[in-house]
Amino acid sequence: MEFLEKLILGISDGGIYAMIALGYTMVYGIAKMLNFAHGDVIMVGGYSILIFFNTTGLGFAYEATGIRGTIFASLIALVVSVIVCTLLGIVIEKLAYKPLRGSSPLAVLITAIGVSMLLQSIAQLYRKGSNAVPIYQFKPTGIFDITMATVFTLGMSIVVMFSLTMFVKRSKTGRAMIAVSEDKGAAQLMGINVNNIIMITFAIGSALAALAGFCSLATGSSFVQPGYGSMPGIKAFTAAVIGGIGSIPGAMLGGILLGIIENLCMLNDTLANYKDAIEFSILIIVLLIKPAGLLGKKRREKV
Amino acid sequence: MMKKVLSTFKSIKWKHYSVYLIIAVAVAILGYLSLSLDGKASRAFDTYRSLLGDMSIWIILAVSLSLVVGFLGELSLGHAGFMSVGAYLGAVITNVLIANLKIENTFVIIVVSVFVGGVSAAACGFIVGLPALRLKGDYLAIVTLAFGEIVRVIFKNANPNIFGGAGGLQLKNYFTIDRKYFFIIGFLFVILTIAVIQNTIRSKHGRAITAIRDNEIAAKATGINVTKYKLMGFVISAAFAGIAGVLMTLKDGTVLYSKFDYNYSIEILVIVVLGGMGINGSVIAAVFISLLNWKLTDMNGSLSDYKNLIYALILILLIIYRNAPALKGFREKYNFRTLWAMVFKPKHNPAKDKGDAVRWDVVPTKIEMNEVLSTDVVIDSTGDNSADIGERGGNK
Repeated sequence: MEFLEKLILGISDGGIYAMIALGYTMVYGIAKMLNFAHGDVIMVGGYSILIFFNTTGLGFAYEATGIRGTIFASLIALVVSVIVCTLLGIVIEKLAYKPLRGSSPLAVLITAIGVSMLLQSIAQLYRKGSNAVPIYQFKPTGIFDITMATVFTLGMSIVVMFSLTMFVKRSKTGRAMIAVSEDKGAAQLMGINVNNIIMITFAIGSALAALAGFCSLATGSSFVQPGYGSMPGIKAFTAAVIGGIGSIPGAMLGGILLGIIENLCMLNDTLANYKDAIEFSILIIVLLIKPAGLLGKKRREKV
Repeated sequence: MMKKVLSTFKSIKWKHYSVYLIIAVAVAILGYLSLSLDGKASRAFDTYRSLLGDMSIWIILAVSLSLVVGFLGELSLGHAGFMSVGAYLGAVITNVLIANLKIENTFVIIVVSVFVGGVSAAACGFIVGLPALRLKGDYLAIVTLAFGEIVRVIFKNANPNIFGGAGGLQLKNYFTIDRKYFFIIGFLFVILTIAVIQNTIRSKHGRAITAIRDNEIAAKATGINVTKYKLMGFVISAAFAGIAGVLMTLKDGTVLYSKFDYNYSIEILVIVVLGGMGINGSVIAAVFISLLNWKLTDMNGSLSDYKNLIYALILILLIIYRNAPALKGFREKYNFRTLWAMVFKPKHNPAKDKGDAVRWDVVPTKIEMNEVLSTDVVIDSTGDNSADIGERGGNK
């Protein structure tokens, strides 16, 4: 029974990782860069929920309006954080990454690290220490020990993955994304506005990060601090690489795999202590056996 | 005899050793000052001693990482991991020496712990490097990052009687090691680090390493054993990171696993990149950053809150300024060299320039390749005279 419960929790956590990993993998596939600031976008999403609650006072609607009102307030906060993160993603791309397009990958990587530091230090200025976000803590469902938040996360991640896959496969913009990721120059010759596509990619990735941030606040401890996004960020990044960076189904698979492994480790006390080490070891093992990741395409090197 | 000495003296390329000389002279003066002062004045000097100790550790870390990032052309995000291996094992061996073997000779303690820390970190570098170097670019970076995180978790949960557990490891009888003059020891190791790494780079092995950086396939075709030299660079770099870890333990008297996180590796990387990925640049950037850190932390009130903000902004703006393709014309017109020439050397001297072009003994320290991370080969046609080739910026 406990095993089943951990499995469900794992899939839900994995959904969160998958949503973050999708942002990493899409940006890597299209802009060929590791967006180290992606984890901090999650943190900004958390802070924007917090600031939204603080300024509107909706966070304290619990007594006045009961459950329905709080859920409603939480969903408005979710929309706000998605909008903030999407804009943030676009701004970061325009100001920090676009000027460096065509220069060395290392320079772009270091800039991404700089952006990550910048976001964290701005968050530090907002308020020191950790801050609780008054998202409604969904009550237990009665089945096992699983809360409504977990169910919500599960549903959300399934919807997100399905619609993203459909978007990329069916829509014109989505197919333009695939084209850009395969060959930027050829895509440009076909009349695709590469700059716009990259911008849209960053926007979608950041919006997914905001969704993931909301879900992890609802299921987790609901505290945000400046370093809130870095560990989920690194783990989701690991998930993206395990699944094969650049591949959308790979990111989903990697994320869910990682979530399940993490939660199954919790069954044993010793394993629970070493769960981070186990996850990263799995990354190393996967890379050694399949250097491009589970579902990644092998790139040929040409001279 | 005299003539021979004089000629060897002349044949030494002093420019190569300028960094050692500057460091040696500066530390000698400061060491003399700090030894000759006593009482109140000596206590006033304590903050500077601590600053200098930190600085020496940063320099060792930056120079050792520059071997991997600048000369081998691979990205390592796990430098703090190697450092923590050195720090923990150095601390364990120091505790064993002091408590179990009753050795209290400072010299013996330092030599043994540095040796153990360096060797264990090098061994870790070997173990991680051997499989990881099959990968390259971004993937190698991720594996080193994963290594750093794994090491942190292991030290947190390993046997608390030996490794201190979650509370960190304290050095026993810490004050038997005189940490007052620690920075002198630190800078001795700085000189050792620079000497070893600089001479490695100037040797045959170093040329193989830079050849791999410039083009791995071409290097392989000329008969260079790529795995061997990559591993060599990786292991040397890890060893010195371990030594820096030991020095940090001896300086602080305590090790805490949570310090060596991914941000710490990033900080070292930032120093190396700011310095231009060469050795001298790394030294200068490490000195600059540790001074900046110290000054910003030291300031009371408002400015210390903005420390990270300032740091991040400097980093982003500097990288964009140095690398943005749009600013290339501006950079070429007004850089340090042209401004210097404008002020001090108004006349162009073609003869000297020609002489500069054929200096084989100088290893280029600046990476001009676009390809530190990517496996694609980009043909760069941004030069002014290559208009006939046309835009061939494609990556196929």
